[in-house]
Amino acid sequence: MNGIHDLGGMHGLGPISPEKNEPVFHEEWEKRAFRLFASTFVFAGYTIDEFRHAIEKLEPAHYLESSYYEHWLHAFEETLSKRGIVTREELDARVAKLKKEDH
Amino acid sequence: MPKPHIAAPESDAAIRVRALESILAEKGLIDPKAIDALVDTYENKVGPRNGAKVVARAWVDPAYKERLLKDATAAIKEFGFSGLQGEDMVVVENTPEVHNLVVCTLCSCYPWPTLGLPPVWYKAAPYRARAMSDPRGVLQEFGTELDEKVEVRTWDTTAELRYLVLPERPAGTEKLSEDELAALVTRDSMIGVAKVNSSAA
Repeated sequence: MNGIHDLGGMHGLGPISPEKNEPVFHEEWEKRAFRLFASTFVFAGYTIDEFRHAIEKLEPAHYLESSYYEHWLHAFEETLSKRGIVTREELDARVAKLKKEDH
Repeated sequence: MPKPHIAAPESDAAIRVRALESILAEKGLIDPKAIDALVDTYENKVGPRNGAKVVARAWVDPAYKERLLKDATAAIKEFGFSGLQGEDMVVVENTPEVHNLVVCTLCSCYPWPTLGLPPVWYKAAPYRARAMSDPRGVLQEFGTELDEKVEVRTWDTTAELRYLVLPERPAGTEKLSEDELAALVTRDSMIGVAKVNSSAA
């Protein structure tokens, strides 16, 4: 598939800016996303290829703006809703509920 | 002046992850505690120290180096390093004539068993865009200057196959033990964006 993920040779994306003494995870939720990857893999029975394909289908601007673990999150939502394990509606409702509880 | 700690509002991504987690837990599909061990493994146990041991062994043991260059997956497994994202490994050797650099232009594929999880810059667009088309420029951004005569080879990782660079052993390290050598080997030198120095670990 030819898409935004095919970054090789692209110009104008700025400096690489490596971070010194970078932690494995930058935020707690990234760690949780990593944990979800390991577990959903097993029960949802998807392959790395399907997971990657879900990432490649991200809207191009969002692909460039969002972080690695946000890409993963998108892939979870996509693969789980496709299988009917967690529907979009179910997830949106839970997100709304959690937001309300936090306020 | 240090900023006072103010808890930032939870990001959308953080809330979505929490929402997914809670739904899956309710459905009995995940047991968050049972997989904490896996997170701990990748956060605290598996990392570039693994790859450094492989490199140091190759520096001191010519027979091991031969096995490593011939069948990296098997030779790395001699240390017990194998599994997810390291199923098919190829080791490429730096020499005075050739410098190797590893990228994954399409994604962020990386050899987890030997290097751990990849740093942000490896997964981000600028490195993926330029490692192949302008490797010398990329190396300069990491402070790595190569002689013009040195050939640079960039390896684009695929979904199935992962590369590890065997950096050059620095001069003046003849008396160091294998463990002391391993301490010199950095993550960046095994991706190929840096060389190994004889002093700094």
